[in-house]
Order: sequence, then C-alpha cells, then structure tokens
Amino acid sequence: MSAVTHEEHHHDEPPKGFKRWLYSTNHKDIGTMYLVFALVMLFLGGAMAMLIRAELYMPGLQILDPDLYNNLVTDHALIMVFGVVMPAAAGMANWMIPMMIGAPDMALPRMNNMSFWLLPAAAVLLVSSLLVQFIPGTGTPVNTGWTLYPPLSVQVGLGMDLLIFTVHLLGISSIMASINIVTTILNMRAPGMKMMDMPLFVWAWFFTGLLLVIIMPVLAGGVTMLLFDRHFGTSFFDAAGGGDPVLFQHLFWFFGHPEVYVLLLPSIGVLGLVIPTFSRKPLFGYKPLVYFMGVLFVLGLIVWAHHQYTIGMSLGATMYFMIGTIMISIPIGLMIFNFIFTMWRGSMTFETPMLFAIAIILMFSFAGVTGVMLAVVPADLQYHDTYFVVAHFHYALIPGAVFGLYAGVFYWLPKWTGHMYDEKLGKIFFWWTTLAFNMTFFPQHFSGLAGMPRRIVDYNIQFIEFNQISSIGAFAFGLSHLLFLYIIIKTVKGGEKAPAKPWDGAQIGTPGLEWTLPSPPPFHSFTTPPKLK
Amino acid sequence: MSSDLKESATQQNKKTVGRLFLLVVGMFGFGFFIMPPLYGLICDITGSTNILNGGTTGRITEADLFKSKVDKNRVITVQFDLTKNADLPWEIYPMVKTMELHPGEVKEIAYFAKNNSDKTIVAQAIPGVTPWQATEHFNKTECFCFQKQELKPGESKKMPLRFVIDHKLPNELKTITLSYTFMDTDRNKLKKTKNIPQLHSSL
Repeated sequence: MSAVTHEEHHHDEPPKGFKRWLYSTNHKDIGTMYLVFALVMLFLGGAMAMLIRAELYMPGLQILDPDLYNNLVTDHALIMVFGVVMPAAAGMANWMIPMMIGAPDMALPRMNNMSFWLLPAAAVLLVSSLLVQFIPGTGTPVNTGWTLYPPLSVQVGLGMDLLIFTVHLLGISSIMASINIVTTILNMRAPGMKMMDMPLFVWAWFFTGLLLVIIMPVLAGGVTMLLFDRHFGTSFFDAAGGGDPVLFQHLFWFFGHPEVYVLLLPSIGVLGLVIPTFSRKPLFGYKPLVYFMGVLFVLGLIVWAHHQYTIGMSLGATMYFMIGTIMISIPIGLMIFNFIFTMWRGSMTFETPMLFAIAIILMFSFAGVTGVMLAVVPADLQYHDTYFVVAHFHYALIPGAVFGLYAGVFYWLPKWTGHMYDEKLGKIFFWWTTLAFNMTFFPQHFSGLAGMPRRIVDYNIQFIEFNQISSIGAFAFGLSHLLFLYIIIKTVKGGEKAPAKPWDGAQIGTPGLEWTLPSPPPFHSFTTPPKLK
Repeated sequence: MSSDLKESATQQNKKTVGRLFLLVVGMFGFGFFIMPPLYGLICDITGSTNILNGGTTGRITEADLFKSKVDKNRVITVQFDLTKNADLPWEIYPMVKTMELHPGEVKEIAYFAKNNSDKTIVAQAIPGVTPWQATEHFNKTECFCFQKQELKPGESKKMPLRFVIDHKLPNELKTITLSYTFMDTDRNKLKKTKNIPQLHSSL
C-alpha cells in the first residue's frame, strides 16, 4: 500500500519557546513529551529500585527504615506502571497511530494536551506523598505496597491521601488518552483503510484503550471509597462497621489484572511490526493475531481473583478463576507461535529492535510458564507473596512491556529524529541490559521457592547468596540505562541521515502509511487525506 | 479535507466520545454504587457473616443439639483462638485453649473478657472456622457471638459457648480451630486509632 501525499507548506513551522510544548495540540510534540516524561520517570523509579536492592544486599537493616523501604516498594511499582510503561506506550501511540492510519492529528487535540499535562502534576503529587513523611505529625508512610489494601491503607498517614489523589489524576489522564486514541482509530482512518488493514500496533492500542476505559473508573471508585473510609466515617472496607476489606481487593484486581494486558498489548503491537520487518516476511496470521488480542481482552477482564486465592474464596469460585487463568495461556501461546512462524524461513537480520523482539519471545514465554504455575491454586498457596511472584511478574513486565517499548524506541528513533542510532552501541545496550536483567531476577525464583517473602526489608541469612547476585545484577541493569540515555541523546543530536524508510523490510513489516512520510516527518502530516492505492 | 468531510468527521467523533464517556461513567458507577451491595449480597448467599446481623453461622436450636450421634471411634482436637481488631482495650482469652472430643459430643467452654478502659464498650465477635470445610459441621446453641457484648469500665464476665461437631465431619479432619475476631462497634473510636491491629494469639 502506498499513498500520494500533498503537504501544505503554510504554517509548517512549530511555534517557538515554551508555548510550543505547554499549549501543544500536535500529536508528534505531545508524543515526544510523553516519551521524555516516561524516560525521566524511568530513572526515578529505577533509582528507587537501586535503593531497594542496596538494602537487600545484606540481611538486617542497613540504609533504609522498614516503613521507608515499604514506601519505596510502593512507589517503585506505581511509578513504573503509571509513570513509565503507560506514558511511553501512549507516547508511541500519539506519534505513530495518526501517521500509520493517515490522519492529520488525533481526534481531540486539546484533550490530548490535557491528558499529558495531568501527568507531571500527578508525578509531583506522587513524589510529595513520599516526602511528606519527613514532616513530623503526618503519620506512617504509605507502607502498603502498590495494591493499597485496607485496613492498613486506612490507617497510614497523610501520604496515603496524596497517593489517592495521584491515582485519581493518573486515572483521568489515561481515560482521556484512551478515549482519544480509540476515537482516532475508529473515525480518523484515511478513506479506504479498513479496520483489518491497520498495522497490529494500532489494533493493540485499540484494545488497550478500551480496556483502560473499562477498568480505570473502577480503580478510581475503589480509591475514592478508601478516601471516604479514611475521612468521612464510611465503612466500605471496615469489618467493624459492616464492610469488608476483601471488597477492596476485588475492586483493585478488577482493575489490576487487565492492567497487566494494558502494559503488555502495546508491546505485542510493536512485536507485530518489528518481527516481520527484520524477517522480511509479512506477519504470519494477521487476522488470528487480532482475534487473539480480542480473546485476551475478554479473558483478562474476568479472571482477576487469581491474585487473591489466599483470602478464603469458595471452592467453586477458586476453580473458576483457576481454569480461566490457565485458559489465558492459549491465546498468548498462539501469539508467540505466530511470531515464531513469521521468522520461519525469513531472511532475518539482527538489528537492535529485532534482538529485543527475540529476547521478548524467549523471556516472556518463560514468565508465561511460571504464570501457569502460579495459576494453579494448590501451588499458589505456597508461592503467594514470595519472591517467586516478584520474579514472575518482573519476567512478564520487563521483557513483556519494557523491552517491547525499547524495541519500539530503536525501531522508530530514525523516523522520529531523522537520524540513525548507533547500531553498535544499541547492540551493546541490548546484551548488557538483557544479561543484567536475567542476573537480577532469575535467582529470585529460587529464593522465592525457598520461602523468602516479598515486601519485607530483612531476610533470613540462608538467602544471602541469591540476594547478592540479584543486587549486583540490579546495579548493572540500572547502569545500562545510562547508555540507553546516551544513545538517545546522541541520535537526537545527529548521526547518519535516515531515509523515509530506514529499514529494508519496513513496508513488509507494517501495512501502515508512516513510511510514506520523510524522516523526520513534517510538523503537520496528512493534512490532505492520502489516497490509498 | 473538504469542509463537508470535516463536518461529518467531527459529528462522528462527538458520537464516539460520547459513547466512550458513558462507558467510563457507567464503570465508575458499577465500582462505586453496585459492587459494594452486590458483594454483600454474594456474601449473604454464600453464607459469609456480616457484623450487622451478628455471627450467626452454625446456630442450631437446643432440640437439635443431641440429634447428632456420638462417634466414639474418632477424636477431634479443637483449638480456641481470638484476634482483637484495632486496639480494643479488653482483656480476652479462652478459658480452655484446646480440647479433645468425639464428633457428636456436646461441650461447653467460656471465654473470659474484662474491660480495662474507663469507658463502656460494646463489642461484637465474629467467628471463623479453620479449615473451612469444617464450618458447616461446627454447630452452636449458645455463643457470645450471637449478640453484641457490653462491658462497663472494669467489668468482667465469662462468656459461654456451647457447641457440637456433628458426626458427618469429613474423616480427614483431625484438628479444627475456632477463631474469633472481637471488634469495637463504635466507629468513631476506630477512626482515631493510629496503630496497626495486633494479633493476640492465645495458643
């Protein structure tokens, strides 16, 4: 598919100064802001992880007070989920979706601006919820973990209120972004482009957006009840007043489980472009992949209570959630097969995005296997709240979500900046970060199976070796991101000029229109709808 | 884009956004207004207890008490345990911590409670049986958990519990734990509590 474009050249220059960013309604600028915000938050959340691993290098208490440690665990999770993966994925959606489907911009450019600018405000609130504990008289820090379970979350100090408002802001921001993206996908496609012609990344975001619209309000409702319980004398979650703390767990995980797919799907979308591009073969089974995402969307919404096997549910409910959860491995497993068959007999080359894509297939499948173990109730009763769970979800989310975004960053950096990135440095970054990641999280499977509980600052001396390997790996993993930052800055500043189609197989890889534009694309693109041939 | 096309696109966008926004409002309503009562209803149907209707699980009449036949071949160990929720300033303990009995045998024990504060406190106990498979076989004719318990400052009392474990109890269950959680029913006092509830195990 190709398109004839007529660029309008009047007012193609972006406005100068801070107004360009603060008032921006341009999908490319907003996309850039999302990505930069995610990068900043990556370093903040990463620094917290470094502190956590430094504390866990030795048993006993070294540098962190237990409550502060647990507060860092809480904020590390919230920042990585809401501050890094979701904004980065939204940034890519902003940049790429209008260009892929031939739209001049997002459907609602002003709402787009607002949904981004709520994020820095939320970040400030989140950081102040961490810092407020140092003011005397503000009570216990938020030591609940990211799940914010009552009754503890009803009893901790002022930080919790700030965190509740943070979650409200983040929720509003991502609901608006999702409405915008779904509307763009439904209504703004170039004339002649059918839904089934869209690149897989667009489909992935379509389902992600719908998921967010459904689950975010439920989380907002849950934390609002928490706020009422804390200050307005209600007892939604207080057994002494007729409520039930387990209700919050249901509300939270009704959001929390689909949230995993919110993090995962955009990366699957990136895989669906990167793998065919570097295999120089069309995607194997495009339609089934779209259907599998649909199945994942539905199943993801109805299996949440597998996070709560230990609360004492009835046997019937436990069985239902177990079987449902195990069923999820079917669409995901089939997706993995589709990607492998796409590579089969292709003329593969191994540029950085492709290396990340292959690493994702290997490591994410591994997380899938530990996931099936955790889905089985009798086994989960043993593994619940141990480091085995920590290892499992880091294997799911770092390759599944974060590496997918890295693949996307390297795949599209030439398109965004107009410069090729340094392939050699990219490959060093890939090997460094992948090895360090495995060194960090692989030993945690063993310490978890041996019974090391999560979210506790201290541990038994029998776990020393595993934790030291883990900590050293984590420091290497953290450091590798300085190289990542350097590569990005270097690419933005200069480098070999990138052609409109920087990859050989780019047009095979994706049926979208983004490669018909020069690199970097003009400030306004597709102001006249492209004609599809 | 021609203005006609633009116009219809804007109309279409408004429609789509409106629908998605309705979905958002609907889901918030579902979480906030429908889930709590729905959850309560499910708990009622499946027999979970609720403090407002008292801990009436397993309540039987005096007449039914001796209906279960005594199975002299089996010996069950019953452990008694309690948890105090959110700083209830009472001293409470079971006067017998563990006992052995045959299924079908009627037994009576008491919990001792003393109010150590200078205020009158009304508390409610909620029972729980572990393992849960034993819950439906653990029957009580008299229990302090059937009503709220009031103690004046410094007052103390023995609170009786009369129970029978019916002979249909699955064979593999040898040890059963009966645990009570005691809660202050005064909501305002609970709000002021800053400390984390402590587990007072009596075993």
